[in-house]
Amino acid sequence: MSGPDVMYPEEQQAMSLVCARLTRDANAKAVLLIGRDGQAIADAGDVDELDVTSLSSLTAGNVAATGGISKILREKDFFSQFHEGEKTHIHITLVGGRAILVVLFDERSSLGLVRLRVKKSSDEMVRLFDSVAKKAAAKSEPSILTEITDSDIDNLFND
Amino acid sequence: MSFINYSSREINCKLVYYGPGLCGKTTNLHYIYAKTSPDAKGKMISLATETERTLFFDFLPLSLGEIRGFKTRFHLYTVPGQVFYDASRKLILKGVDGVVFVADSQIERMEANIESLDNLRLNLTDQGYDLNKLPYVVQYNKRDLPNAAPMDQLREVLNPTKAPEFEACATSGAGVFDTLKAVAKSVLTELRRGQ
Repeated sequence: MSGPDVMYPEEQQAMSLVCARLTRDANAKAVLLIGRDGQAIADAGDVDELDVTSLSSLTAGNVAATGGISKILREKDFFSQFHEGEKTHIHITLVGGRAILVVLFDERSSLGLVRLRVKKSSDEMVRLFDSVAKKAAAKSEPSILTEITDSDIDNLFND
Repeated sequence: MSFINYSSREINCKLVYYGPGLCGKTTNLHYIYAKTSPDAKGKMISLATETERTLFFDFLPLSLGEIRGFKTRFHLYTVPGQVFYDASRKLILKGVDGVVFVADSQIERMEANIESLDNLRLNLTDQGYDLNKLPYVVQYNKRDLPNAAPMDQLREVLNPTKAPEFEACATSGAGVFDTLKAVAKSVLTELRRGQ
């Protein structure tokens, strides 16, 4: 089993800022950044009414299924998807093969504008993920996992 | 793959319930959902057919408490058990941290159990995992049924590696949380060992 994916406060904050700027620049309702395994990483915009955990898991499932289709077609990953709703539309993009950027928008924006703004934000996200990967590889930050003891784990499961 | 967020102080792990069609994977999740306090669980999602057979997956996010100030969150998934949904099962195994194999104890389902277990090994290998090295628990479900096979027979065929195992009746809940606790504990122990 390979090591866990990690996120550090500095990059997390920077990713949240990129999400917030994308929300503003694309006139979006909300922006979510999700790990490919369905873990919510960062978000911005009107997310209070959203079930971010469920949305993240379903989006990751959707991307995985689309990736499966691309394999059957001997195509590389489909980099983006667009779902058109009556009121809300969803634009989904892969970020450097590591994460999924989701933009929720309505009639105040357009697919063209969203695509344009996503490109720039996506490039920034890739740089931030590179930074996280370098830190994790260098083990420059102390890992919580080394501090966990057997009794910590046992205590979690005591009734 | 587990995800540790040092900003929100969370450890996230993915558990997958695997097994043949109608063995009780979804019933396990329903029981866990029903018996967990609202603040420790998210919404349970079932992507199912009109006849309530799992089409893609069930999903249940659970919080198990804190370790050293980090919230431990487990995302529970089931796979569709029917043989022809193999492509979907492969996808759901991506990034898995721990597996529960739910066996159907009914003697008539022995062949289906064996086929599903072989399929699990194969699909894990395709994703770069080895079942013998992954946190793994076997649950013998439907122990309450009169046509349940003897435990010795099930053990011999379905658990040759002597992974932790539990007898269960997912409809009444017997063995459900024991199974969950065992696999979750094994995942956290393995995660720590991997450091």
